[in-house]
Amino acid sequence: MEAMQQLLGPAWMPVWTLVKIVAIVLPLLICVAYLTYAERKIIGWMQVRMGPNRVGFFGFRLWGLGQPFADAVKLMTKEIILPTGASKSLFLLAPVLTIAPAMAAWAVVPFTDKLVLANVNAGLLYIMAITSMGVYGVVLAGWASNSKYALLGALRSAAQIVSYEIAMGFALVGVLMSANSLNLVDIVQHQAGGFWQWYWLPLFPLFLVYLIAGVAETNRAPFDVAEGESEIVAGFHVDYSGMGFAVFFLAEYANMILIAALTAIMFLGGWLSPFPFLPDGFFWIAIKIAFVLFLFLWFRATFPRYRYDQIMRLGWKVFIPVTLVWIVVVGAFMQTPLGYLFH
Amino acid sequence: MIAAVKRFFNTFLLIELLKGMSVTGRHLFARKITIQYPDERTPQSPRFRGLHAQRRYANGEERCIACKLCEAVCPAMAITIESAQREDGTRRTTRYDIDLTKCIFCGFCEEACPVDAIVETRIFDYHGEKRGDLYYTKEMLLAVGDKYEAQIAADRAVDARYR
Repeated sequence: MEAMQQLLGPAWMPVWTLVKIVAIVLPLLICVAYLTYAERKIIGWMQVRMGPNRVGFFGFRLWGLGQPFADAVKLMTKEIILPTGASKSLFLLAPVLTIAPAMAAWAVVPFTDKLVLANVNAGLLYIMAITSMGVYGVVLAGWASNSKYALLGALRSAAQIVSYEIAMGFALVGVLMSANSLNLVDIVQHQAGGFWQWYWLPLFPLFLVYLIAGVAETNRAPFDVAEGESEIVAGFHVDYSGMGFAVFFLAEYANMILIAALTAIMFLGGWLSPFPFLPDGFFWIAIKIAFVLFLFLWFRATFPRYRYDQIMRLGWKVFIPVTLVWIVVVGAFMQTPLGYLFH
Repeated sequence: MIAAVKRFFNTFLLIELLKGMSVTGRHLFARKITIQYPDERTPQSPRFRGLHAQRRYANGEERCIACKLCEAVCPAMAITIESAQREDGTRRTTRYDIDLTKCIFCGFCEEACPVDAIVETRIFDYHGEKRGDLYYTKEMLLAVGDKYEAQIAADRAVDARYR
């Protein structure tokens, strides 16, 4: 490593950062691929089916573990159709705009106290700013497709994401009050000392709101009216095919993993072990992310889709009051001798 | 009033949602009922109505006597029969076609047949690769019958008590 540093001189920093970015993004993409596999398997099991179990490697079936690669190859070899009425440049820009924030947000996500690409002090703000950008891709896709289904899907998606972002932001305000920091590493380290010290317990209502709003933010079932395949066929990405569609798909699942990782960091103690006598490490955050992702899939297998006005009612009339009340509760308790409960 | 309060807490505390999730959670571990089709198959009744076949007697003589009852009874008009007298004076079909794209597999032809000549077999996974492949002629039907005669005869024997 020293020799490489000598060789590259001033170019060392960008090259080394690039290496680290690749080291995050590549495993992330593989996780996305296998999340689709896990989704099909788990939802299959919950519906008393088996899920994909045919595609394997080298003639072995291996419970269908080759399925994500078969899907990827299929999508890559498919034709990309540009609708005649579409605005070409915006149509092609939309998937990029959707996936870029889903990837960029990982820059500040800490995997352990040392393993983080950019340990910035405004990490939480950065996350909130970047994840809000994702909606532009969706809106642009719906608009540029020049199709009524796509436009309806985009409108629904925009309204939904904007509404739930408020509840999500408020939920994070609670975390911010408890941790006294916007730095994600600091937030996790504030939760040290066993699973009863993690913020899910003192901030339980905020934890639930964040989790459910996270499902809504990623347009997942039961909040998937933006796709709503039974009413508006596939919503905003109805006109996309081949890699264009694949990129939207990647972005959706990358966002799911991101929300799961953020939930793990903010409320479930990140890389901290649940009991003080066990060592901390990357292992724990991986388990927590997998658990939250499993919840996402479980929700999808269980709940029917919300009606649109119900989604709006839940966002504005339930979540925002609940978060506001709990922030006031936390703030009030912090002024009393019982305040240590919330730190 | 009390009911309204109860309903409010049931929804607000997510109790109903948790109940739903416990149902799907239990099914996650339930035994899977999928039949992995080409490897495993569901059991079939001896009365199964699949691909048609024309049968022969043990001496090799074809059973069909061209009475045209099946043609008459066929609700989809899928059967076409032409007949002629053979040298030995018996009446036989010169043409016996079933258009399987018209056939609705009701089994009426089988019921109508006085000599058990036209039967439906257990075969359901056959296919045609070009237009007209599913228009079965007399030779094709006889070939099916010759190939699966053992199974057809066994199924008829099992069902004979109920006919």
